[in-house]
Amino acid sequence: MIPTYSGLEPLRIFPGSNFVNIGERTNVTGSAAFRKLIKNGQYDEAVSVARQQVENGAQVIDVNLDEGMIDGVEAMRKFLNLIAAEPDIARVPVMVDSSKFSVIEAGLKCLQGKGIANSISLKEGEAEFLRQARIIRRLGAATVVMCFDEQGQADTFERRIAIAKRSYDLLTQKAGFAPHDIIIDANILTVATGMTEHDRYAIDFIEAVRWIKQHLPGALTSGGVSNVSFSFRGNEPVREAIHTAFLYHAIKAGLDMGIVNAGQIGVYDDIPKDLLEHVEDVLLARRPDATERMVTFAEQFKGAPSAEVIAAQAAWREGSVEERLKHALVHGVTEFIDADTEEARVQYVDPVLVIEGPLMAGMNVVGDLFGSGKMFLPQVVKSARVMKRAVAYLEPFMEEKKAAQVSGSLEADAKKVLLATVKGDVHDIGKNIVGVILACNGWQVIDLGVMVQSATILKTAREMKVDIIGLSGLITPSLDEMVHVAKEMEREGFETPLLIGGATTSRVHTAVKIAPHYSKPVVHVIDASRSVPVVSNLLSDNERARFEGEVKEEYAKVRNQYEGHQREKEYVPLEEARAKKFTIDFAAEPPVVPKSTGVFAYRNFPLAELVPYIDWTPFFMAWELAGKFPRILEDEVVGKQATQLYADAQRMLDRVIKEQWIQAHGVAGIWPANTLNDDDIELYADAARTKVIGTTHAMRQQSKKAPGVPYIALSDFIAPKGTPDFIGGFAVSAGHGVEERVKRFEAAHDDYSAILLKALADRLAEAFAEKLHEIVREELWGYEVSPFTNEQLIKEAYQGIRPAPGYPACPDHTEKPELFRLLDATKHTDITLTEGLAMSPAAAVSGWYFAHPRSKYFGVGRVAKDQVESLAQRKGESTSWMEKWLGSNLGYEP
Amino acid sequence: MTDLERIAAQRILVLDGAMGTMIQKLGLHEADFHPKGMENHPVLLKGNNELLSLSRPEAIRTIHEQYLAAGADIVETNTFSATSIAQAEHDCSHLAREMNLASVRLAKEACAKYTAMDPSKPRFVAGAIGPMNKTASLSPDVNDPGFRAVTFDQLVAAYKEQVEALLDGGVDILLVETIFDTLNAKAAFYAIDEVFEERGKRVPLMCSVTITDASGRTLSGQTIEAFLISMQHVPLFSMGLNCALGAAQMRPYLEVIAEQSPCRVSIYPNAGLPDQMGEYRETPEVTARLVGEFMANGWVNVVGGCCGTTPDHIAALAAEAAKHAPRPLPVLA
Repeated sequence: MIPTYSGLEPLRIFPGSNFVNIGERTNVTGSAAFRKLIKNGQYDEAVSVARQQVENGAQVIDVNLDEGMIDGVEAMRKFLNLIAAEPDIARVPVMVDSSKFSVIEAGLKCLQGKGIANSISLKEGEAEFLRQARIIRRLGAATVVMCFDEQGQADTFERRIAIAKRSYDLLTQKAGFAPHDIIIDANILTVATGMTEHDRYAIDFIEAVRWIKQHLPGALTSGGVSNVSFSFRGNEPVREAIHTAFLYHAIKAGLDMGIVNAGQIGVYDDIPKDLLEHVEDVLLARRPDATERMVTFAEQFKGAPSAEVIAAQAAWREGSVEERLKHALVHGVTEFIDADTEEARVQYVDPVLVIEGPLMAGMNVVGDLFGSGKMFLPQVVKSARVMKRAVAYLEPFMEEKKAAQVSGSLEADAKKVLLATVKGDVHDIGKNIVGVILACNGWQVIDLGVMVQSATILKTAREMKVDIIGLSGLITPSLDEMVHVAKEMEREGFETPLLIGGATTSRVHTAVKIAPHYSKPVVHVIDASRSVPVVSNLLSDNERARFEGEVKEEYAKVRNQYEGHQREKEYVPLEEARAKKFTIDFAAEPPVVPKSTGVFAYRNFPLAELVPYIDWTPFFMAWELAGKFPRILEDEVVGKQATQLYADAQRMLDRVIKEQWIQAHGVAGIWPANTLNDDDIELYADAARTKVIGTTHAMRQQSKKAPGVPYIALSDFIAPKGTPDFIGGFAVSAGHGVEERVKRFEAAHDDYSAILLKALADRLAEAFAEKLHEIVREELWGYEVSPFTNEQLIKEAYQGIRPAPGYPACPDHTEKPELFRLLDATKHTDITLTEGLAMSPAAAVSGWYFAHPRSKYFGVGRVAKDQVESLAQRKGESTSWMEKWLGSNLGYEP
Repeated sequence: MTDLERIAAQRILVLDGAMGTMIQKLGLHEADFHPKGMENHPVLLKGNNELLSLSRPEAIRTIHEQYLAAGADIVETNTFSATSIAQAEHDCSHLAREMNLASVRLAKEACAKYTAMDPSKPRFVAGAIGPMNKTASLSPDVNDPGFRAVTFDQLVAAYKEQVEALLDGGVDILLVETIFDTLNAKAAFYAIDEVFEERGKRVPLMCSVTITDASGRTLSGQTIEAFLISMQHVPLFSMGLNCALGAAQMRPYLEVIAEQSPCRVSIYPNAGLPDQMGEYRETPEVTARLVGEFMANGWVNVVGGCCGTTPDHIAALAAEAAKHAPRPLPVLA
């Protein structure tokens, strides 16, 4: 069986696996700095030492907190619990290292992974050895066995192998250990001490390892490497050479793992020949005067810097200009791009050739890596930033060329993709990402921005002779606008394929509602990474027909399924749904009377106070990195990119706050309210409830449910007239100032930062909504006392809800103007509503507050015609108007 | 070789379905959850399903019988949260042992009845051991990541009380299930091993982990492979997956287990993912078809259902299980 250990992730030692590196920087006996941190109780810093080790490549971390002044059990427990909370550390297995078994036992009880005990030995006899071994076994760990017995430490070859064999036999025969869970440490002792009896320490260890691997099947070998060079403390270059040479020979003999400072190991072949000779003379005990010669020889290295790392980092600068451009593109490095581009321009003479040659070659590599899942969206966007910088650098030279020779420009040849966020919608993060990705793949992208009228889209498409039109949108009314654009394209006889994308769009909606209106290809693109294959299929002479056929067939199938599904859905009449509403016994659970009513404005809310309220998971989703925060930072596939992106986001967030890039404004209101009939909520100016200041109309679930299950509407959470009740509302934005910044980034060809800022602004707006809700719960309405943690906030563990018009519990966007009027939201927050009833700026959230403990989130789902008619009548609008706005919630074909 | 092992070599075993879902369908009221003498218990008890073994034993036995009638070979005792730690929130810690004993008795009575009806198909009782509501590897306080609401030793003590009661009641199997924190599971198996050693007697052990979402990890952050490694020291009858996901979403993780597990493999998924209203709607046919594919691939030895599954699901699974051969035990090098 293969030896295996685990933290959050597995570590397997295959035959032929490389030597397993165990970090020793979290060992107080190996690191003075770490000892100091532990002694002073600086655990946060101590944790970062562990992180550094893992980042430096340690596959297992050894934790030793044997410090005379502290309680070992408590310290071990505390430190292991702390690193368990850090996924980037906890992913590797832990070696619990102590001379006290009680500390080892306490440590193993904190590990969910399969760790390693370090160590036990026969020092106190067989009975104690077996007792300890059985506990380790029961705790599911492997163990290191030191070659120690009742007589003491083994320091010769013979004693080493005798104790190793005795320990191995006891563990496998009497303690139920599997051989591969036994790791024998045959004692690495210090050489070159000047005492002749120490001369064979290194070679005897190496030979013992060889014997163990041959005679104790399955057992592994380990050792603490830095011990061997202890005589040369302070002479880092020599110590590094000794470690490197020692490991080279020990590994050849079969050493499986070792406690090593990864930063203290070099490359065997890089050790200068004369130094190596002296080192090996000592390690292998090749001559009696080896130590003496080594000590003299070592003098010259004292104080020399131990660094080859710096050279390696800059190595890519040595390559040809094509290689350098490729490296810069793949790694997103802008530092040298102007100089390299200039060099290429001089070499290629024609700037267009630089683009078509090395730059496109580099971007093709990026495209391939992205396509095969080896690069992720944030990296690609960074690559695009480099590309744009290079092209921008070349542009003035191309203008010169153009003037000189008129034809053959790059732009005329490239296929063109037009992108637009449709009329009434302001959301464009996803669309911008798609734009970047497509541009990376060599297509020319014409981005018309947000709130684009269909006439503008069609006119531009005609004039620019675009090859593909892509529509984007986030709010539900945008779906109808997309249908409208499709109809217009059909009417005007367009042949351009139409792509549909954005958060509310779906394959089903595209197939059922959009595709039937346009006879040319209509394709839903689920995310930015899919945009490349879709566009390349549609633009390929060979593939287009096949691809179109496949999509048509697939969408026909989707339509059939959808229609089948629709027929199965049953709706109850609105009257019945109302009769079976969600009932609250307001006498038993009376509404909470707010501490204050009225409208409360928060201009220029301090951004720093919002940071703790940020829910990061959706931020990563915006970048197509899937996974929950913070675990995503450690994800096997996207973890590295997520961590990088998170670091970039933190850096920008710092500047956003310090330099006040954006302003956050919010407003909250609390008003006396009661339900009028079952579904309408009337708001009053006064506690006496005489002066009506507004009404909001709730939508009620109507699709048939099991007996006894209620048909919910938000109005069910408000008491009917007679019981004093209240409703709240809010609007917040963290989007003011974003556009100006974004323009600056775009002018600098930095789409990455532009998209990053927009995504951050979105998060801050959501965080503001969370924060304001807390202020309302704790102060304004004042029904909540216990402070909640951010995790609980994200899980919405508190009492009360804040549903937003246009979202599942109240899908009717047309309630938003009433909410805005009641709050005087535009005055207090500068948020305006577009004709599609999207909020502008986009980083904004608005909604209602319901405080009753029984209120909860739900989805209205689709509704029947009687409810739509009733809504229209109650709001004084026509049924067809209502149907237009409720498009995606209609349970029937209007 | 035990009877169970002998049968497992011949065919795929069928475990029962959800207990909670069946209890929910009964539409019980607060009073139903109060055993005699506890009418004035200071804490609300509705939802404390383990208490029903004391207050409404016939209801629990009937649910067991419904599953046995549907073809289950193994029924799980109504003891998922019958530990002093999990019961603390209902102020019922002192009842933990009694709950376990009563629950085992009900399951055994039901099994005895069905075994007597068809002795060629003996039925088995698995003592269900849940994950606890406190976890040893995660801090409930984001501001203090080193904090733990419970220690390993406290978990071992609570699990030990449960294990002793389950064995005293006479279960055939112990099933540590819905594992979302490996350290809690380690504590359960630690307690089991101690009790086995003290009594000099063992029963087969089943282990079932919960992968929370598409990240492919447990709630405490381990990948499925890391989890398997963490459980290497436990001599298991079976290793598998349950809860949180439907069969369709479990597929990639089951495949890893089927490939790497040295012991038998089990799966008892939820009836799909919950809809917006938190209800499970996957039909028995769909569940059986999805799990049937796993059986056809030779991946599993034990199948059953978790949240949202009903006797109909189990009947469909049993019909499907009869068509396929069990996964052969890998020969270990």
